[in-house]
Amino acid sequence: MFDVIGIASRNLLRYRRRSLLTLLLIVIGMVAVLLFIAVAGSFKSMMVGQITDSILGHLQVHRKGYVASIDNLPLNLNMKPQMVAKVEEALKQNTAVESWSPRVKFGGMFSNFAETTSIRVNGIDPALEAATVPLLAGRLTEGEKAGALVGKGQIVIPALLARGMKTKVGDTVVVVATNRDGSVNGKTFVVRGILESATGPGGRDGYIHIDDARELLRMPEAEISEIAIRLKDFSRLGQVEAQLGQALGGLSNKEGKPVLDVHTWADLSPFASLARMIDLMTLFIKVVLVSIVLVAVMNVMIMAVFERIREIGTIAAIGTPPSRILSLFLAEGLMLGVVGTVAGTALSLLAILGIRLWQPTFNFGQQQNLVMAPTIAGGDVLTIAVLVLVVAVIASLQPAWKASRMDPIGALRHV
Amino acid sequence: MSLVQATQLAKTYRVGDIDVPAIKGIDFAIEPGSFVAFVGPSGSGKSTLLNMVGCLDHPSSGTLKVLDTDIATLDRRASARFRGEHIGFVFQDFNLIPVLTVFENVEYPLRMVQNWPAEKRREQVRRMLEAVGMADQAGKRPDQISGGQKQRVAVARALVSNPKLVLADEPTANLDHDTAYRILELMKSMRDEFRTTFIFSTHDPKIMGEAEVTFTLEDGRLTNNTSGGSHV
Repeated sequence: MFDVIGIASRNLLRYRRRSLLTLLLIVIGMVAVLLFIAVAGSFKSMMVGQITDSILGHLQVHRKGYVASIDNLPLNLNMKPQMVAKVEEALKQNTAVESWSPRVKFGGMFSNFAETTSIRVNGIDPALEAATVPLLAGRLTEGEKAGALVGKGQIVIPALLARGMKTKVGDTVVVVATNRDGSVNGKTFVVRGILESATGPGGRDGYIHIDDARELLRMPEAEISEIAIRLKDFSRLGQVEAQLGQALGGLSNKEGKPVLDVHTWADLSPFASLARMIDLMTLFIKVVLVSIVLVAVMNVMIMAVFERIREIGTIAAIGTPPSRILSLFLAEGLMLGVVGTVAGTALSLLAILGIRLWQPTFNFGQQQNLVMAPTIAGGDVLTIAVLVLVVAVIASLQPAWKASRMDPIGALRHV
Repeated sequence: MSLVQATQLAKTYRVGDIDVPAIKGIDFAIEPGSFVAFVGPSGSGKSTLLNMVGCLDHPSSGTLKVLDTDIATLDRRASARFRGEHIGFVFQDFNLIPVLTVFENVEYPLRMVQNWPAEKRREQVRRMLEAVGMADQAGKRPDQISGGQKQRVAVARALVSNPKLVLADEPTANLDHDTAYRILELMKSMRDEFRTTFIFSTHDPKIMGEAEVTFTLEDGRLTNNTSGGSHV
């Protein structure tokens, strides 16, 4: 094997400029792909992080049918306390779950005693909410960031509402809501803080204490609209979703149909399409890389075989087994792949390090100056490296096969 | 037992829709240790005959036995193995591998074809380079030595694996007269030293006189042979 590699490397050095150009193509392709994966991956994880860690959580449990009518925030599809107890039991038993936060959600009218507008109200347990969506408090633009997000009798309102209603921290406001029986009730709150929207200017979500929500809605028992869940390891999302789905699947109605649904953040946020788009672009750029390596290596190997027909005839005539001739040319393609991979990986990692030191910023929704910190997983580097090597070998296969099957007489006569 | 035995040997090529006979049913035998020339004008069938003796091509009809092996029975892989084990080749254009040094070119058959152990291999290569007078050029690349030196290296490469038979197709065609004679002398002395049978082809009347046995080919038929050989 060493002999084969030695001869292959000398043959590559024999046509230095051509080998160098091919290597350059592989290196540029690798750098482009790894940089794109690192930067796009960084943007995607930051975007997903903003959505999951400040609004949705990683997973949510709802009563069946709730998500289909989520725009109306239906009160008749809340989970009953017995259901909530069973969900919490399942969550306690799942070691992948870090925390969860039960929420009561409803639509109401917000009044500053002079004007009235609509508001989506989230009744939360502040401690559980902070543990489940830890970036939520960071979105406070006014009001004390330290301490519980809301206490009893307090409300945190979205910036859009605060501007429109000219409401400030410390003002007293009224929230009026209709409960599931159709009775209307109102309650006064003191504005505790003003919350910047995570994703854009349209956010109308306000936060009050869960006990206040139940009082406002005159709930006879502790119903819950949704339970947001945070996982210890985000990469286990699909696995935990399946586990919870299985654990909660036993809860069924009188017709024997399951009464609860488990949704990932991607099922609930339109930004999941953007994340999928990034994945699609990553796949596309990988296809481009494969094409570059395939065409570059195949071109150089076809030329190598064509230019060395007499040489192939000579080594075949003196008894070199066809398998060894095949391996000689495969080794050339493999070496182009190996050197290109090593150089491409090294340059990519340097470029990623450079960007991390440079610390460029970007905006996402209302979030300003988010620092781009591209990272790349070892698995991604390995995948791309293996991909380049495999494609380099595949690209060499046809020319190498042709060389190994060459008729020595015809090859020796070749001019 | 003859080293090479041909009986009613024929080779026909198909060019388009036409059959072109290159060798037309010839019989001959070559004894071990002989120094044989196939002579004749261009197109007489010398190269075709040498290709068949060298297991590079199969006969269309008749039999050709080399070292008592009917070469028609050998498939592609078996032919390569047979050549690697028993036959050395010297080419008109020397055909040294340009990326290898003189030493490595001679070493190639032992390293890439026969897998000799390193120490034994190096010793054998040194011995062969000494024998052809190229030991002092061992580290040079083919483009750094003359045509005559290249052919010496080619002879060393052909002999390095101790083959029973060395085939040389027009080995002196690209050499000047003096160098050509020296190469033939070298081949003869190698034959004497290693008891290897040499078969070469030439159309140069001055060179053919150096052979101990001469077969003359004309239009695919043997028309004459001189001394030692047994032309039936």
